[in-house]
Amino acid sequence: MKISVTVNGVDEELEITPNALLADVIRDQLYLSGTHIGCDTSQCGACTVHLNGMAVKACTVLAAQVDGQAVTTIEGIGSPADLHPMQAAFKEHHALQCGFCTPGMIMRGIDLVNNSEVLDEAAIREGLEGNICRCTGYHNIVKAMFNAALEMAPGKTTEQEVV
Amino acid sequence: MSAEQILIWGGGIMYEFKYHKASSLDEAQSLKTNTADGIYLAGGQTLIPTFKQRLAAPSDVIDLAGIEELRGISTSGSVLSIGAMTLHAEVAASTEVRDSIPALAVLAGLIGDAQVRNRGTIGGSVANSDPAADYPAAVVTLNSSVITTQRTIVGTEFFQGLFETALTEGELITRLEFTVPDRCAYAKFPNPASRYAVVGVMIAEYSGKIQVGVTGAAGCAFRALALEDALNSDASSAAIDAVHIDVENFNSDMHASAEYRAQLVRVMAKRALAAL
Repeated sequence: MKISVTVNGVDEELEITPNALLADVIRDQLYLSGTHIGCDTSQCGACTVHLNGMAVKACTVLAAQVDGQAVTTIEGIGSPADLHPMQAAFKEHHALQCGFCTPGMIMRGIDLVNNSEVLDEAAIREGLEGNICRCTGYHNIVKAMFNAALEMAPGKTTEQEVV
Repeated sequence: MSAEQILIWGGGIMYEFKYHKASSLDEAQSLKTNTADGIYLAGGQTLIPTFKQRLAAPSDVIDLAGIEELRGISTSGSVLSIGAMTLHAEVAASTEVRDSIPALAVLAGLIGDAQVRNRGTIGGSVANSDPAADYPAAVVTLNSSVITTQRTIVGTEFFQGLFETALTEGELITRLEFTVPDRCAYAKFPNPASRYAVVGVMIAEYSGKIQVGVTGAAGCAFRALALEDALNSDASSAAIDAVHIDVENFNSDMHASAEYRAQLVRVMAKRALAAL
């Protein structure tokens, strides 16, 4: 079957099988390998992308379901020369070790800032329930997200600093 | 396993099916009738993992996401109406839900994780009747009606067992109607990995009468009548302690024994009572 989908602002016409997962189409057909498949059981969040501006797990969405919709992957938010504030904060606060979970963390982090009413440390920790990191212990991830939120949406943060 | 199979591991693991996006209820039901073994797809947060585990092999998948009348939240008098394809995230953030039944918004915000709440739907969750799902506690407690393409089913009669409901073949939930209570609270002990309810208890009060619904403990959500009797004569924590919880039909698995779940019913009931 054919689908039309806007990926990172580019209109794509794709020939897919009805049982193809969005995560596989992104990686294997569009060669956007920044979206990682960690668990493939909807738990780890490494495959998090934005579907119409909301974070979803691309391993638990059929590509057929996104016909006519807009997908943003980690490749679509910034570039090495012009990092997204969330990427810059991850770099600044050393919010990664092996980096495998990082694309999903960053996509969830942007969604968390954009779609939350209030952001403090507790809200960020709770907001990371769907993303698993096996290296960092999360602390620097939380710190990076909080500092990115200060820049992206200063009115939403209720604490000055995550220490 | 061939090299090709390994290359297409993610999607290729699922059985093949045809995909249809229905644009109306009539079209969805007609597809269901006219396909060999069609299945409805709501948000897919249970169904797609089920496909990936090869636990389902439908001939056709009928996506309900294009049916506009299945979405939306409204209130009319004392009734809160939520379309079947409304997302958990939409219920959690809805001003109408927060203003009428805030505990229901809280419940929706405790389901799974944010990404799941951005895809999962209330109708899909209720139709699935997972024993550990959250919404069923609200359906049995909140004097609700499950509105389908064919009829209105009383909330307390909807769940019939493990993944079993009153729905007949091809029948679709179109919306859920909840009667706004005077007071309501939901307390849940989540499985720390999946966030499913090991036990969840909802307590609501209607004109001085307390109603208690339990999910997670047994094959499907149910009203805890012994707890209701006790709380209606003495709405106190001590009254909950004195109630004998019958564990005969309780789930016992690697996460919790039946006896442990009985204790969680008491503790969650106390927490809900305290938050009422």
